[in-house]
Amino acid sequence: MTIDTQRRDPERGIDTSRVPGGLQRQGQLPSWAVPGALAAAAAVVGGLLAFTGFSLGLFAVGTVVVFTIGLYVASRTVEGRRKATDRLVTVVVTSAFVLALVPLVSVVITVVDEGLARFDAEFFTSSMRGVVGEGGGAYHAIVGTLVITGLAAAMSIPVGLLTAIYLVEYGRGRLARAITFFVDVMTGIPSIVAGLFAVALFTLFFGPGTRLGFAGAVALSVLMIPVVVRATEEILKIVPNELREAAFALGVPKWRTILKVVIPTAIAGIASGVTLAIARVIGETAPLLITVGLTAGVNLNPFSGRTATLPVFAYTSYANPGVPREPSLERAWTAALVLIIIVMVLNLLARLVARVFAPKTR
Amino acid sequence: MSTDTRPGPAPAPTGTPVTTPKPVVQPGDRIFAGSATAAGVLILLVLAGVAAFLLIEAVPALVAPAADIPGGQGLVAYIMPLVFGTLLAAVIALLIATPLAVAVALFITHYAPRRVAQTFGYLIDLLAAVPSIVYGLWGIAVLGPASLGLMTWLQDNLGFVPLFAGPVSTTGRTMLVVGLTLAVMILPIITAVAREVFLQTPRLHEEAALALGATRWEMIRMAVLPFGRSGIISGAMLGLGRALGETMAVAIILSVSGGITFNLISSANPSTIAANIALDFPESTGLDVNTLIASGLVLFFITLAVNSLARFIINRRREFSGAN
Repeated sequence: MTIDTQRRDPERGIDTSRVPGGLQRQGQLPSWAVPGALAAAAAVVGGLLAFTGFSLGLFAVGTVVVFTIGLYVASRTVEGRRKATDRLVTVVVTSAFVLALVPLVSVVITVVDEGLARFDAEFFTSSMRGVVGEGGGAYHAIVGTLVITGLAAAMSIPVGLLTAIYLVEYGRGRLARAITFFVDVMTGIPSIVAGLFAVALFTLFFGPGTRLGFAGAVALSVLMIPVVVRATEEILKIVPNELREAAFALGVPKWRTILKVVIPTAIAGIASGVTLAIARVIGETAPLLITVGLTAGVNLNPFSGRTATLPVFAYTSYANPGVPREPSLERAWTAALVLIIIVMVLNLLARLVARVFAPKTR
Repeated sequence: MSTDTRPGPAPAPTGTPVTTPKPVVQPGDRIFAGSATAAGVLILLVLAGVAAFLLIEAVPALVAPAADIPGGQGLVAYIMPLVFGTLLAAVIALLIATPLAVAVALFITHYAPRRVAQTFGYLIDLLAAVPSIVYGLWGIAVLGPASLGLMTWLQDNLGFVPLFAGPVSTTGRTMLVVGLTLAVMILPIITAVAREVFLQTPRLHEEAALALGATRWEMIRMAVLPFGRSGIISGAMLGLGRALGETMAVAIILSVSGGITFNLISSANPSTIAANIALDFPESTGLDVNTLIASGLVLFFITLAVNSLARFIINRRREFSGAN
């Protein structure tokens, strides 16, 4: 696995064989050694497993183990201990990366596989009102998710944006340091605690047992604000100071400089950061489960009664499927699929926005 | 932001005394600066509000007689197993995820071809984007059944260790599977922080090591890892904070029967604070709600402590690293 040897391989310039009358030539494995060893290991393990019964996981793990040991021994005898260790680490690090991708691939395959069964028009057009067993859909949940997330975004984006502007453009001294620190700490608040906060808040004002779409939006805002602040702050920081100074030199007041120069320069990055923040909260289940609850019909008013949301819909369909189970489980998987699609699209969108609308650097 | 951006008088030419006029402050400036400051203060208030409101709603449970708390043994007896379960699941996840995350970060920063390294980074970031509810469904439908073989093997061969005493759960809804799922969820967080610090390793240190004839691994061990150690630690603590608070994946996967046990592969597990809240809250009323909020308060302070420590390590490092 010697990738990009041109740039990295330290041994390249010190080919000891060329030193006249000098050092002992150090051996080197031929370039086909790595693919060769891999193929050999696969063949050996595949042959062994043919007797005991084949399983893909065992085959992959066995091949990597045999390959690693084989390569290490070969390299150790030919190239010496140090290079053998280097090769060993390269294999381990690369396998770790591949291993980390396995869950991602597995999650996507599973969700697509299970979710496609109900990925039909009815799922997107009908609610669960009056539905028992087959049929029904998540229209109410999708709409509810959009309403609540939209409300949360409407509260978080101005606060987050202004805070970031304060931190970058105005903040000096103790207050700015405190805000920076607590924004970081706030990033780590567990989502369920944010939900409990909203519950406690609304219980105090509206009595126990309150379930409101707005309470869910408040909980999501607690999670979303720090993300918006961090993203915007990072972007505002890299706006070149020359731009600000040029504006000041022309006599533009500071607030107009920020509005007309700094923010337009950074708008692509801000949009991208906000999109990522929305992607982060749109899949939150726990806070909505305890603040908003679930209902079978469409409720567009976040200030009255329970609202269905996609993550809670998925969870409840899976946890309390009722009888018969199958239709409900299928709806849960399809809801998960829709959720994953939304999140992935938002992520891609954010990258795209950042790349396409990035300010020209020169 | 080392340069001061405030509009001020330009440096006067040497020798000519210039009366520096006061910077003009427009009303627009005052409003704008005021609202920006207000937004910042609002964040502090929200955080204080989270603690305050949780405390207010938790008080009834704190002062209630022990017999009224669910379980009848008092608040401490109710919360202790939950705290234990929370810590156990998070520590398993951390032990699995940290070495893997460091290796992945090394791969992305120092091994992968530069052209595709950024794409690889996005792929790992996508792991963090998957909603936890989806991980929960995946854990119970795929990972649980898939790890039955592993757990049976652990019981047969390492059954003398209390961790793997068994009997093996038949559904895969065990603490070990929860730990594995949480490990997948926190891996991208640790990787992101580790990647960041590995990239900041002074280029000259790396090149000096290579110039002295070090192999790539020796260079990493001598230059990159010592430099990134505090980054790895703080990344791991951020991951720990996330694992402690993770709710839905645990609520879906874990088969709960209370009680403190180190047995990772049986079907009798202690619940975690977050999962317990999610499972019990919708049906709770009265004092039960206050009890759950009290347990949430405990979780809040645990994660607050862990995250503050992580941020403290990161910030201290930023000041003294000298890598700018």
